Amino acid sequence: MDLITLSVIILFIPLLGFILTLFAGMKFKWAFLIENVLIVLGFILSVVLLYTKLSGYLDENIVSEFNWINFGVVPFFGEIIVKLGIKLDNVAVIMNFTVFLISMVVHLFSIDYMKGDKRYNRYFAYLGIFTFSMTGIVFTHNVLMMYIFWELVGLSSYLLIGFWFEKKSASDASKKAFIVNRIGDLGMFAGILMLFVTYKTFSFQEIFNAIGAGQLPFNSEFWLTITGLLLFCGAIGKSAQFPLHVWLPDAMEGPTPVSALIHAATMVAAGVYFIVRIFPILTGDALLVIGIIGAISAFIPATIALTQNDIKRVLAYSTVSQLGYMIMALGIGAYVFAFFHLITHAFFKACLFLGSGSVIHSMHHEQDIQKMGGLRKKMPVTYATFLLATLALSGIPLTSGFLSKDGILAGTLAYTSLTGNWFFTFIGFTVAALTAFYMFRLVILTFHGEPKNKEKYDHAHESPFLMIMPLILLSGLSIFIWYTPNPFNADSGWVLSKWVKAPTIVTPESARYSFMVEEPKEGSINNHEEVTFSHEYTHAMHSAHVPTIFLSGFVAGLGILFALLFYQWKKLDADKLAAKIKPLYNLSYNKWYFDEFYNTVFVGGTLAFSNFLRWFDNTIIDGIVNGSAALTRGLSKVSGRFDSSVVDGLVNFMAYFSGFIGLFIRKLQTGKVQTYIVLVIFSLLILLFLFKSF
Amino acid sequence: MASFPILSWITLLPILGMVIILFIPKTQEKAIKGLTLLITSVQVILSIVILAGFNYSKGGVFDASSFQFIEKFRWIDIEGFSWIGRIKIDYYLGIDGISVPLIFLTAIISFISTLSSFSINKSVKGYFAMFLLLDTGMMGVFVALDFFLFYIFWELMLLPMYFLIGIWGGPRREYAAIKFFLYTLLGSVFILLAIIGLYFSTQETLADGTKVFTFNMISMMDPANYTATGILSPFNPNNLRFIAFLGLFIGFAIKIPMFPFHTWLPDAHVEAPTAISVILAGVLLKMGTYGILRINYTMFPEITKQLIWYIALFGAINIIYGALTAMAQKDFKKLIAYSSISHMGFVLLGMASLNTLGISGAVLQMFNHGTITAMLFLIVGVIYDRAHTRDIDGFGGLGVQMPIYTGFTTLAFFAAIGLPGLSGFISEAFVFLGSFGFESIRVIAIISTLGILLGAGYMLWTLQRIYLGKLNEKWTQLPDMDFREYAMLVPLSLIIIFLGVYPSAMLDLMNTSVNSMVQFLSESGKFLGSIK
Repeated sequence: MDLITLSVIILFIPLLGFILTLFAGMKFKWAFLIENVLIVLGFILSVVLLYTKLSGYLDENIVSEFNWINFGVVPFFGEIIVKLGIKLDNVAVIMNFTVFLISMVVHLFSIDYMKGDKRYNRYFAYLGIFTFSMTGIVFTHNVLMMYIFWELVGLSSYLLIGFWFEKKSASDASKKAFIVNRIGDLGMFAGILMLFVTYKTFSFQEIFNAIGAGQLPFNSEFWLTITGLLLFCGAIGKSAQFPLHVWLPDAMEGPTPVSALIHAATMVAAGVYFIVRIFPILTGDALLVIGIIGAISAFIPATIALTQNDIKRVLAYSTVSQLGYMIMALGIGAYVFAFFHLITHAFFKACLFLGSGSVIHSMHHEQDIQKMGGLRKKMPVTYATFLLATLALSGIPLTSGFLSKDGILAGTLAYTSLTGNWFFTFIGFTVAALTAFYMFRLVILTFHGEPKNKEKYDHAHESPFLMIMPLILLSGLSIFIWYTPNPFNADSGWVLSKWVKAPTIVTPESARYSFMVEEPKEGSINNHEEVTFSHEYTHAMHSAHVPTIFLSGFVAGLGILFALLFYQWKKLDADKLAAKIKPLYNLSYNKWYFDEFYNTVFVGGTLAFSNFLRWFDNTIIDGIVNGSAALTRGLSKVSGRFDSSVVDGLVNFMAYFSGFIGLFIRKLQTGKVQTYIVLVIFSLLILLFLFKSF
Repeated sequence: MASFPILSWITLLPILGMVIILFIPKTQEKAIKGLTLLITSVQVILSIVILAGFNYSKGGVFDASSFQFIEKFRWIDIEGFSWIGRIKIDYYLGIDGISVPLIFLTAIISFISTLSSFSINKSVKGYFAMFLLLDTGMMGVFVALDFFLFYIFWELMLLPMYFLIGIWGGPRREYAAIKFFLYTLLGSVFILLAIIGLYFSTQETLADGTKVFTFNMISMMDPANYTATGILSPFNPNNLRFIAFLGLFIGFAIKIPMFPFHTWLPDAHVEAPTAISVILAGVLLKMGTYGILRINYTMFPEITKQLIWYIALFGAINIIYGALTAMAQKDFKKLIAYSSISHMGFVLLGMASLNTLGISGAVLQMFNHGTITAMLFLIVGVIYDRAHTRDIDGFGGLGVQMPIYTGFTTLAFFAAIGLPGLSGFISEAFVFLGSFGFESIRVIAIISTLGILLGAGYMLWTLQRIYLGKLNEKWTQLPDMDFREYAMLVPLSLIIIFLGVYPSAMLDLMNTSVNSMVQFLSESGKFLGSIK
């Protein structure tokens, strides 16, 4: 079987699962098994796909497309054929493997976690349509299909966030997620319009080729930058970047396994994946903006996570922050590390979320970490795996997170050394410290110390096998060994040296970062990045590597140290500190007031305006319509009166007048023949006299 | 097959049914309903036969020889009297790729609204007689190629509509019916004046070489047929073509309805029975955009191009104004009515792009809006039949009580907000691709994309208020959908999904015609060149 057929089967398996489970689920209690069996099958096929691609077709891009809509040759545009298709490169198959792996473990985890829910089967059906949509994003070879599946992912996210729709907060959150995402999608759609109008195609490769050949939107580099940024808007929405990050924390209203799958590991990573896909067309200016947005999104949520008390919300803000990292990494050109971090983050963040799910499950839906504590004794496996994933997220050596995060931090240092711009380095290391702090705060408050809520603690228990197994698997994947034999440097590992390579940039050289301009090959170090980056950059990356290890180890250690001082050893008092820096604390605790601001200005503004328009429509426009009707009626009344008094009056007057005349003339009607004869003769005489005169 | 007058059958069959119904005693309600259902299902079958026999490579539009299923014979022929001259009117039917989707739509919607009408209990005989008359009027508008005939059909659907709203409607039915009637009649007057003007400006040559005025719509699209002095002739330096264009445009715009002529629609919808709302939104509104496309565009191409920016602007206003006003509504049906105004704006915007993508998008949007909005009104009907209220805030949590109904609603709502995979997305996407591809209206196109966002806003908010949240105690007795409701919603859902996945089925049908239309418009030079 060729790889394209295989990938098509992988794509449609979850859709089949969705349809079968949805319809069978109305009748049969066991329908969820269909979805579970299919997803395991899909995972096995994904492994086959991954293995075959990486072993047999390592450096090939396998593309297959078909005509979806064929307009033929049309006036003005020439030939227009909308093609859908699949592009299998290493990035796609690795991403697909990640999606299916996490989707599968989340399915299995959910079997116990969701037990007893009244819409049990429907839940699995929704997971199916999500996996389908996500796979579509991963496999697509064109930007239209990307948008199609992008929206479908939005739908599945809507359905799953609002799964417990009886809760107002859940239905609010799902609505918010969809609409906020749509804002970003508008920009993305505009970008797609620009691409299509310029290149008459949606295919990534054809667009790359055309740009490589010097064809630009409106013939200017500026508009190429704008196009790139418009497309990036989609990623801002989906990957919950500043300023559209507000939906993700609320999305935690969905069931926790969903948070793990969609709002931590896969869907929110779709934005990053999209930028990875369109990376070749992003100009230096566009990348700089992307980097800045990423940096802001890494920083603000990290500060918010410091003070949150809901276990899932801390993780949610941490997710936004880590996604910001990836986006920032792309912005400064650290392409491979951004993708690498996407994968490693997917595993350990899914592990953290499922771990929190395990905790919440055993605490009877308690999510407040202030009411937990001491759980490590009750839930040793959950604790161990959670701790391992936390270490990875904090970037401690020997974990996968260390490898990818260090790559990004080294990228910021290299960027600084080449451009003199310290901004990204500063943000990168600060966020690393903050991350280590809030994650250890979370671990300590949840698992260490004394139980705060004795009753719930007593009922707490380790979760069943189906929930533990995913945790072990995912935390296992947070160890370095899967990615590289060298725990301190991933460059030599198979992922980065063989599998994932920076693509060839197609933007005009004058529009790129100076360090991304290609140089002649000879004499360069044997490294794949020479294709995309200058020697200078490669060199800077290498020399940034060692300082990064020490610096990042230091800041992470600092973060952990403070977390221990505050919460474990209680040497420092967090409440006192909070009281001391009250305004800052409030800012963080209230999430920088983004929701309040948006609600008042945008939501309130739109609603007020729409109410005004309703009034305008009813009163003014319809008023004119009804007014003109009333006016017509009024006029008709006037004309009626005119008719009855003047016109009819005249008629009546005429009648009256003739009657009056008649009365007078009647007197002549005497009935006497003599009188008539006299009158006749008299008249004859008058007439004769009159005629004579002519 | 060629000799079988299929267009006459599909158009006049309902009138035949009406005549039969008049002879059925009014107590035989089942027979009346059954007959109507039979007739509309035959119509669906006929429309499928038409689709099957349709030749995809023939353009139509302005070329009489490439119309299909043509039926043409002398209908009225009055030897000359006084200055009017010889009056010659043809019975002239024919279709091309632009009308064929709408014929299919009309057949489907008529069938489904017949099912929906089964719940009517009040003077059943009169209702279904009117209903069938309306059916003929709608179908006739889409197949007529003679302007006189077109106008007859156009007016023919007005009268039954008036009674259907005015007798079988809600509490304020009389106000709504009169408003609808007068408003549309006002539009018709403009249209009639333009028709008369066009009649006295175009001539066709008979077999014996004499020239007579003509109502032939195809002839009116060719400057060669215009007289030198006709009031709407491009050769007449003092012609009134601009005013005639506006007259026709306003006449059709009232039907769409286009801002600011739209206020009759929410009233009519709110008062009309469900089935009539379905027909109104599903088919009647399309007659407005169809008229502009079929008549304004082809008979006045030079003025169309001159005013294209304004057409796009009004499209954008419809989209955004409709969406914002919908957001503030408290009556479920009124909200859907305003959303309908918003979605018809996409048709206008797409038409204004004057290129294949945009016009294909517009025609497809006509069809998709027909199916999607029909579904939305049926959904309102389902809940109104049970709860006897449409107050959005009076519901809540129906998703618990009526899960299947909620499933269909979710599908229809997401189709309405243009979710990919459902048909609405395709047409909206092409409308935007087309209008963005036309430089003069690019900015308007970008602004209009806001409509997508607002659409998601009010639709999801409505979904939340009615179907999500805690179940309102009042509604714990509501049963889920019954068989008849399935029969209405399932076919529409399948069409919506099918066209979302495989839009070519519809796009290929219209492609040749749309291309001819675009080509024709780009060469409006024929008209422009003739004005000196």
